[in-house]
Amino acid sequence: MTTAPAGLPGAGLPAVWQRVRGGSSLLPIVAALVGIWLVLGAVDPAFLAPENLVNLTLQSAPVGVIALGVVLVLLVGQIDLSVGSLSGVAAAVVAVGSVTLGWPVALAILAALVCGVVVGLGYGVLSTRLGLPSFVFTLAGLLFLAGVQLRVLGPLGSINLPFESWFVRSVQQGFLPTPVAWGLVVAIVAAYAAVQVTARARRRRADLPAAGVGQVVLRTAGLAAVLSVVVAYLGAARGIGYSVVLFAGLVVVADVLLRRTRWGRSVRAVGGDRRAAMLAGVPVRRTVVLCFVACSTLAALGGVLAAGRLGAANQGTGGADTYLVAIAAAVIGGTSLFGGRGSAWSAVLGVLVIQSIANGLTLMNVDQAARYMVTGAVLLLAIIIDMLVRKRREV
Amino acid sequence: MSEPLLPAPLLSVRGVSKRFGGVRALVDVDVDVREHEVLAVVGDNGAGKSTLAGVLAGAHRPDAGEVLLDGRPVVLDSPAAARALGIAAVFQELALVDDLDVVENLFLGHETLRGPLLDEVAMEREAWRLLDQLAASVPSVRDPVRTLSGGQRQVVAVARALLGSPRVVVLDEPTASLGVRQTAEVLNLILRLRERGHAVVLVSHQAGDLQAVADRIVVLRLGRVHDVFDGDASYEDLLAAMTGAVRPSARTSREARR
Repeated sequence: MTTAPAGLPGAGLPAVWQRVRGGSSLLPIVAALVGIWLVLGAVDPAFLAPENLVNLTLQSAPVGVIALGVVLVLLVGQIDLSVGSLSGVAAAVVAVGSVTLGWPVALAILAALVCGVVVGLGYGVLSTRLGLPSFVFTLAGLLFLAGVQLRVLGPLGSINLPFESWFVRSVQQGFLPTPVAWGLVVAIVAAYAAVQVTARARRRRADLPAAGVGQVVLRTAGLAAVLSVVVAYLGAARGIGYSVVLFAGLVVVADVLLRRTRWGRSVRAVGGDRRAAMLAGVPVRRTVVLCFVACSTLAALGGVLAAGRLGAANQGTGGADTYLVAIAAAVIGGTSLFGGRGSAWSAVLGVLVIQSIANGLTLMNVDQAARYMVTGAVLLLAIIIDMLVRKRREV
Repeated sequence: MSEPLLPAPLLSVRGVSKRFGGVRALVDVDVDVREHEVLAVVGDNGAGKSTLAGVLAGAHRPDAGEVLLDGRPVVLDSPAAARALGIAAVFQELALVDDLDVVENLFLGHETLRGPLLDEVAMEREAWRLLDQLAASVPSVRDPVRTLSGGQRQVVAVARALLGSPRVVVLDEPTASLGVRQTAEVLNLILRLRERGHAVVLVSHQAGDLQAVADRIVVLRLGRVHDVFDGDASYEDLLAAMTGAVRPSARTSREARR
């Protein structure tokens, strides 16, 4: 090795600062979230009550799942404006399938997810074969799917799901039993530590710069602390809902896929520089199609969760501002609108920011108008930051 | 050099033409390159050099003609297809993804796997080995390519082409953004590639570089093979051919295919 290798990414304070400036760190948005919580908690202590935070997590899960899909299409340099309508279609399919047609709930859910896959494939073909801009064809999709949703729901316009079905009960009232929650914490921390330690050992064997022991201990302890606080605090009320567990699990899976697999690397490469990725031999079309399919499927899943949470599907499910909240959450969480830069975790953080503001302002009896304006201002701020980071990178 | 002794060409271009709208970038071009040979392609701006490189690398599909590998026609319809056949290219625009780091760029599309996941350790080691081989002074292989200088980026692009020991290496203006020392390194590298038996196609308009390493020099002019020289051709001859000051010699078409 002729050149002295610089530290690992994330090693040392200067490296952390560089990543913050480069826009590839989640620290600023975490800090912003903590700040919002402190302010809202100071104004109205009820906001930080365990029961309210449990509500916050339950409110966040469905739109968070949708936002996770949006992160994937944004990463590959595209956008999907129809995620709200599609989630509405999925909710309608679940309701009509399980109630009107009498299918087993699992089959109805499967049918809803298949709708998502089909729509995503269609978008992928429009984007990669015809070269249409996704902004336009997903706008068409938004309108078309809103029509499909109304047609599926039929003249009633609203279908209630039976409360006794396992699906509604687990989404509305299903919470991790406390021992299971703590068991999960232990398992996750142990797995994380094992991964860190083996990675360190392999790198040292290969004579590559490796994280110090202190760093590994610090990271593991940090993760353990965060998870313990979450479980203990939410456990003081109802705990962690199954839909929240599902959302968190999907984010972890997406994060591993994006950072540790060939597909994930293709996604970032295609979003960062499509032509360069193509010349390097990346299967650009397949990557883009898969992102659209993943996004649409997650949007459908988000709609299914929304239907379960509401215990019904109606014309308003997935309507109004759902798609805007999902896209805003992805961007606020630090995923760039310009492609190539972002993280699965930005779906979690962005949704928490938006839902915290909405939740807090509702507690304070602030009206809908002010909530929209505040959320809009936060989104604008996030886009300005995204733009500034991008400009600095181009210099 | 008596013709019967020449080995069969590794890569041949036969009657290739390519249009971009109304522009005829290549017209009925015949070129051969063999193992252990550096074939230089020169020409003025717009002579079709980069288009020829693009055809060989799978970035452009010819409108007419064919490309033969080991005497068999092959379809190079994508850079990935060319790569799979053992033809690697360094493009003039380098084709690096700025937001990815050096290791990620080097292995893009050909990542080393360990089970279903990426083997970052193996890739990072191989990256250091390759870059050391090229005497590259890259501060860290985990820095985004965006933070590197023009020369460092060039070396990364060349290193990427060498991964997996391709049979043919196509270099489009590999020294355009390099300093004196790095240019010498790249030229050295080209000679080492030839020693190792690779066929090298070197596209450049820097005649000095070519004379140092080329076995044969093909001069393109207005999309056609204008003339072919041995590697020791004089600078004046090359310049005259590039600018069209002399008419193509009678041997042109025969020599290019030699």
